[in-house]
Amino acid sequence: MFNLIIVVAIVLILAIGYTIFRVTTLVGIAKGDTQKRVTGANKVQAALCVVFLVAGLFGFFYYSFGGLDDSFIQPIASEHGVETDKWFWITMGVTCFVFILTQILLFGFSFKYQYKEGNQAKFYPHNDKLEIVWTAIPAVVLAILVISGWKIWVDITGPAPEESEVIEVYGYQYAFAFRYPGADKQLGDYDYRKIDPINNNQVGIDYSDKAALDDFMGRELHVPKGKPVHLKIRARDVIHSVYQPNFRLQMNAVPGLPTRFWFVPTKTTAEMRAETGNPDFNYELVCNKICGKAHFSMKAIIVVDEPEDYEKWYNEQEALLKQNPGLMAQVPDNLREVAIISADLENNDSNQGVANSESENSSL
Amino acid sequence: MSVTDIQLQENTAHDDHHDDHHEQSFIEKYIFSTDHKTIAKQFLITGIFWAIIGGAFSVIFRLQLGFPDMTLEWLKPILGKWIDEGGKLDQEFYLALVTMHGTIMVFFVLTAGLSGTFSNFLIPLQIGARDMASGFMNMLSYWFFFLSSVIMFISLFLETGPAAGGWTIYPPLSALPQAIQGSAGGMTLWLVSMVFFIASTLLGGINYITTVINMRTEGMSFSRLPLTIWAFFITAVIGLLSFPVLFSAALLLVFDRSLGTSFYLSEIFIGGEALPNIGGSPILYQHLFWFLGHPEVYIVLLPALGITSEIISTNSRKPIFGYRAMIGSMLAIAFLSFIVWAHHMFVSGLNPFLGSIFMFLTLIIAVPSAVKAFNYITTLWKGNIVFTPAMLFSIGLVSFFISGGVTGIFLGNSALDINLHDTYFVVAHFHLVMGSASFFGLLAGVYHWFPKMFGRMMDEKLGYIHFWVTFVGVYLVFFPLHYIGIAGFPRRYYAFTNFDAFSAFTDLNTFVSVAAILTFGAQFIFIFNFFYSMFRGRKAPANPWRSNTLEWTTPRNPGHGNWPGAIPKVYRWPYDYSKPGAEEDFIPQHIPLSQTPESNLEEENELAKTEEVRESKNVEDSH
Ligand code: HEM
Ligand SMILES: [Cu+2]
Ligand SMILES: [Cu+2]
Repeated sequence: MFNLIIVVAIVLILAIGYTIFRVTTLVGIAKGDTQKRVTGANKVQAALCVVFLVAGLFGFFYYSFGGLDDSFIQPIASEHGVETDKWFWITMGVTCFVFILTQILLFGFSFKYQYKEGNQAKFYPHNDKLEIVWTAIPAVVLAILVISGWKIWVDITGPAPEESEVIEVYGYQYAFAFRYPGADKQLGDYDYRKIDPINNNQVGIDYSDKAALDDFMGRELHVPKGKPVHLKIRARDVIHSVYQPNFRLQMNAVPGLPTRFWFVPTKTTAEMRAETGNPDFNYELVCNKICGKAHFSMKAIIVVDEPEDYEKWYNEQEALLKQNPGLMAQVPDNLREVAIISADLENNDSNQGVANSESENSSL
Repeated sequence: MSVTDIQLQENTAHDDHHDDHHEQSFIEKYIFSTDHKTIAKQFLITGIFWAIIGGAFSVIFRLQLGFPDMTLEWLKPILGKWIDEGGKLDQEFYLALVTMHGTIMVFFVLTAGLSGTFSNFLIPLQIGARDMASGFMNMLSYWFFFLSSVIMFISLFLETGPAAGGWTIYPPLSALPQAIQGSAGGMTLWLVSMVFFIASTLLGGINYITTVINMRTEGMSFSRLPLTIWAFFITAVIGLLSFPVLFSAALLLVFDRSLGTSFYLSEIFIGGEALPNIGGSPILYQHLFWFLGHPEVYIVLLPALGITSEIISTNSRKPIFGYRAMIGSMLAIAFLSFIVWAHHMFVSGLNPFLGSIFMFLTLIIAVPSAVKAFNYITTLWKGNIVFTPAMLFSIGLVSFFISGGVTGIFLGNSALDINLHDTYFVVAHFHLVMGSASFFGLLAGVYHWFPKMFGRMMDEKLGYIHFWVTFVGVYLVFFPLHYIGIAGFPRRYYAFTNFDAFSAFTDLNTFVSVAAILTFGAQFIFIFNFFYSMFRGRKAPANPWRSNTLEWTTPRNPGHGNWPGAIPKVYRWPYDYSKPGAEEDFIPQHIPLSQTPESNLEEENELAKTEEVRESKNVEDSH
């Protein structure tokens, strides 16, 4: 019944619309509008151009400066983010200036030079000087923007500092996994054929590499504040993207092609909670490359700790091998001994395991 | 093709006109027609059909984004099992809708619908030719497009749904049915469909290029070509050089999907097993795709800019400002469009050094684009502007071209792109600069050349309403997307509820959706106007816009061969509007300089002395 009413209403509205259309057309013919070169409607259009310009600019300023319920700027929490944001806003200034100026000219001229009986347009086919000037100005402005952007880009994408924390970020449908190098600070090798979801070897750690034995996995990505963090990024099945807006960080995770991104976080999670006034604030790692059905829910939490807390957390983690003794089957015979020590398989006090493998390493 | 050939063909065209014209069967005349005007209309109608489908898809997923809690039960009669028991849109089908929307809009509406319609319609009419160089190939071009459309349409009804990996169909997602259902049969049909589409584009493009080079009427030198023709010509060249690369990308993908090769696949573990493929690179696909993909942006945009140049000049009653600069900037854009493709790949894992190179190249391309915008604005300056609906749509196009163009400066800067890539900022950018701008070019063209296509006028008032609702609507839909893009909202997301960071702006998203629905609805005003005017519109006068180009010298309903008598000769450029001293505010291209001594410039007076004015009669005798 309700649907029927809607259908009837739509039909009626269409019928009324059609009638109005016919009537105005006939009136137009009667008035002789079709004979005239330009009707009164021309003035109306010109006026609407100005109305649009004014209303549009008003809306633009209103919404850009606080007219929205929420701020659309994500608070920055990385060193390079400060730099990129600076140039983001400089670019914003330049482009907004050009945008506003050209829109004013476009609609302003449309209004000002609307058709008037007896007027003649100016025959003005070209002006070489003017054209050279307005080719040169954008060229120079753009050159400045590009060169500064390029400098930042080179810094961001340059080699990570020696002392960086190296962490592996691994994307798969539909989650992220994080692998830490363990006490030896060396990520072990990987091989996608070693992936073994049953024994929890999600990222294909290759246990024939000694450095892999003490690697541990994190469900959340912990990073220390103020230290360079070097993410080594891989993917298992399709392309994903490691994206975090607060850090102004993004890099695709590509199957078969390891990628990387390094950055320096500048605010701990606790500090961000205080700054945003949101006690539940978390840094969220976002998948930002279409990767299938649940792409929109693929995420992970990043925790930025004070360096001391980070060290403490780091040292408390257990090697994957320890949590999943079934993986021992993947360790070659000649490394079993070492594995027992570096993954601390006999002892529950993980600190001792760390100490052991450290001395192990320094002797190499 | 040699000169004699062309003349022969002209002769046949003549004969056609005089003798066989009335004997053409319905099928020959309207279906398997080789007449460029009929083919143009076929492209246009097919394009309108696809635009409605593509637009309707965007409305469905905008409903999902704007009203996440709404039940879509009422769509069940159309979408069937893609609406689940709870009345929610299937998550994977959401991606399929986005993918099909993008594919349809970019390829079927704005490539075929825009170039196909106007290159076909205007090239012969504006350069003074009886038809395309090869009418048969031209017909084939349409029917390949038709076949491609049918295949894509069928893919919508597959059990596993149409392709769903985004219109860019990046592998491995598009290569592995295990990763997403749409990569099963839907993807196969997508690829097959695109192969026919590419064939269609190439057949059309070869024809446009040949026709422009070889078949211009006497006096129509390249420096007297209307900017529309320049734009179509350059577009065809770009298409000819870039579409084959898409073909190769698709072909390798077909091999990977069906023959077990590893061009794009390496070290993949999916569905509980490790695939044997090793050594391929997904990045290779991206390079190949964007080698077409970026030029494609200009393939859809340049024809729209050409149409705008013509319409703005005509309706400002002024010559286009900087005719040569306009051609120069189009050539520059065409060239540069081939060496900027990797700006879509800054965070793909591309070598950062390459990223730097492509950043520099990308920002160079902004310069000729800026020049074009300035030239349009200067053309309006001191004009005597007549606001036809076509003129309004052209002004709207320039407005979008600027608003969408400036955000390219952010995205082309690789350091800034890190945070903007694949967010709604990109969606806002390309919808304005390429989607809406080109779409407005298409609409402007229809309003402007409708009288020539169908011999009748479209209703102006409906045109005005259509323009204002659409123009304001487009801004209301796409401008707010910048804000949520800066806030980091990722594109191709079914919902934003899973992230704290993206839980804001629900009102804004609702607002955008409402605006999108209204804008989409307003297009039916156009559709009504279009079909109504086709049959019941006011009969068009010979030259309704008092325009200079040659198409307005043909009869109201030009037959096969376009001009009943000889093809007019051209004596001047197409932009002699409001020339000082002239009686009228326009002097068409076929008026000899020697007949307009009162308005000639000095060098034109010189030319007029040596000008050989051709009497139409003599010409006809001469062949
Ligand atoms: C009624 C008008 C339109 C609306 C409301 C609309 C809306 C949208 C939205 C919301 C998306 C999804 C963004 C995402 O999740 O990534 C999208 C994608 C897209 N749209 Fe539109 N759009 C419209 C018209 C157009 C036009 C005219 C074009 C022509 C170029 C176009 C081209 C695209 C493309 C290429 C994509 C990307 C598809 C993909 O991600 O694979 N759209 N559109
Ligand atoms: Cu993902
Ligand atoms: Cu591009």
